[in-house]
Amino acid sequence: MAQFGTTLGYQRYHFDNLATLLAKASPLRSGDQLAGIAATSMQERVAAQLTLADLPLKTFLQQPVIPYESDEVSRLIIDSHDASAFAPISHLTVGDFRNWLLQYETDSATLAAVAAGITPEMAAAVSKIMRIQDLILVASKCEVVSRFRNTIGLKGTMSTRLQPNHPTDDPAGVAASVLDGLLYGNGDAVIGINPATDNLQAVTGLMNMLDDVIQHYQIPTQSCVLTHVTTHIEAISRGAPVDLVFQSIAGTEKANDGFGVSLAILDEAWDAAKSLKRGSIGNNCMYFETGQGSALSANAHFGVDQQTCEARAYAVARRYQPLLVNTVVGFIGPEYLYDGKQIIRAGLEDHFCGKLLGLPMGCDICYTNHAEADQDDMDMLLTQLAAAGVNFIMGIPGSDDIMLNYQTTSFHDARYARQLLGLSAAPEFERWLSELQITDQAGRLMITDQLPPAFSQQLRSELESS
Amino acid sequence: MSQTPKQPPSVQANPWQKLRRYTDARIALGRVGDSLPTQAHLEFQLAHARARDAVHLPLDYQLLKRQLDGFGLSSLLLHSQAKDRATYLQRPDLGRLLDDSSLQQLQTYQAGHKFGYDVAIVITEGLSSLAIETNACKLLEVLLPALDNSKLSLAPLSIVTQGRVAVADAIGQSLNAKLVLILVGERPGLSSPDSMGAYLTFQPEVGTPDSKRNCLSNIREGGLSPQEATKRLLYLIQQALGRGYTGVDLKDETEVEGGQLGQNFLLPSSK
Repeated sequence: MAQFGTTLGYQRYHFDNLATLLAKASPLRSGDQLAGIAATSMQERVAAQLTLADLPLKTFLQQPVIPYESDEVSRLIIDSHDASAFAPISHLTVGDFRNWLLQYETDSATLAAVAAGITPEMAAAVSKIMRIQDLILVASKCEVVSRFRNTIGLKGTMSTRLQPNHPTDDPAGVAASVLDGLLYGNGDAVIGINPATDNLQAVTGLMNMLDDVIQHYQIPTQSCVLTHVTTHIEAISRGAPVDLVFQSIAGTEKANDGFGVSLAILDEAWDAAKSLKRGSIGNNCMYFETGQGSALSANAHFGVDQQTCEARAYAVARRYQPLLVNTVVGFIGPEYLYDGKQIIRAGLEDHFCGKLLGLPMGCDICYTNHAEADQDDMDMLLTQLAAAGVNFIMGIPGSDDIMLNYQTTSFHDARYARQLLGLSAAPEFERWLSELQITDQAGRLMITDQLPPAFSQQLRSELESS
Repeated sequence: MSQTPKQPPSVQANPWQKLRRYTDARIALGRVGDSLPTQAHLEFQLAHARARDAVHLPLDYQLLKRQLDGFGLSSLLLHSQAKDRATYLQRPDLGRLLDDSSLQQLQTYQAGHKFGYDVAIVITEGLSSLAIETNACKLLEVLLPALDNSKLSLAPLSIVTQGRVAVADAIGQSLNAKLVLILVGERPGLSSPDSMGAYLTFQPEVGTPDSKRNCLSNIREGGLSPQEATKRLLYLIQQALGRGYTGVDLKDETEVEGGQLGQNFLLPSSK
């Protein structure tokens, strides 16, 4: 007997369970089609959305989409639910919840107060009946601030992760990209490198290198080497200077197992990172990456659509009070997000759901060369996310990641968005840029034919004509 | 009307262009205001167009098979269930499975060779045929003698058309190999459309999760050299066979080679 359904004209639509209803209500994307759970017609999709709109939010507390008994992420979601935070919205249906989110009275403070009462499935459900403008408007009302050596997420700011990847982790190659990024005003969210291998010696070498640079130039930012969480634990035990501990996470226990992690392992890593107390103004010391499709690619989605799985990953992230959560939206490829239209919608959904759940969301606005997407699509997503108040984006030389072989936003792209919308970097970092004469009083780049004094002496021999 | 000559809009070049000798990254592109100058913008568009075309370039399997025969090992030409490029790109599940005739071929082969092997090597074009054309044989020229020196027994080489990493599991399992190594073309980057990855799986069987694999990436000219890749692979292979596992619990603890392009020039050399 179908549990949910609606009638449109003479056609009756049935949805067997909550996971099916959510999947059928999800805007079209290739990953749900690959999983065989997408709506089979446009009318069926809207029928599901209409059914979903009438569903009380409480239903999600009563019926986990993946059983409580078999999945530790489900247990985390249910056990950490804050009933008193939920109280102001507990009487609403999903459709009412959308209206409530959009009304004038629901402001930053209101949203912050209910965040712990919202489950990932509630956030995913309401996002499925929201247009792009709704996702942008509501997210822009959320303010989620996190701190380590600077303040990330304040209204009017947009930070960047400086991503100086190099195919062989060559120190000079990494240094060249770090310098390029800093001189374009990037790097306040983190200077974060994806290492070419998990080799412990190489990883700790990079940790030391980034830490030395940050200390030498007294940059109000933090470093991260994006290696597996267990490698971080090992590096910490060997005394490496770890600012942020990184891990890719997903929304089901089995998908996390595919990443080689569990809540217990993440707990251990968080404890290790916190114990170092390396943050100067805060101790948000975890950095997570997520992305729609990761559960399906590990064959661990249990019939749950990829956007709902993604929102469930945010429950995992939320447990660890992270500095940064980054949805790497277009990295996974066209089998999950086929083209620019699907990537753009997914990026905005992820940002909205994360912010609603109280996370410091950023987005790796990106695509691969086998996806039907290009720079124009990324410009649209960047502009929309910047308008939505995204906490941070990536910054990389000329959009071209020569190690991971994909395209993400460039140092120039970040500056475009800041110029267009009057945004600045994190305040501590903005002051540093000004002190080092990288930017002027108006925040404009001021370097012309000479390096700023702090760099010119050190780089003289490197840049002399040969 | 003013008679002053018309100047082109000022593109601000960056005074650190010389650092490009250390990296292929697109550093020091210069700017107009905050934005990319026209030349840098269009160079990017060209690189993207080339990478898009590379995704669809077919691999010459027969040529590869003839090259592999030169190593004196027998080789098998197998097929995933992804019949063409379009299917391959949209159905990763099919790229992880062998088609029936390939499974049959493996069974027939193994029926005549009742023993097992230490290592089975699989090659598939993945997302870049160029990566395999350029790097697979170069790596094997160094790796195969090294495996031989280590007294490791090798299964026949398998070439798989339109394969994903996990397709190696069924092959390793069918050939009764303790460990399977797959060489795969990585997604083509703008500056590196020819980058090859290598994945190692101990005790391969269908359904092995990715966390049970070890990976080396960026094997290519300008990335990881065949010698360095061989050194790391040999270490991982010996560790895997000794410990009885691959994956996140097996850390690559080889000493990092010198021969790097340079030092971190952002700091005084005493650092």
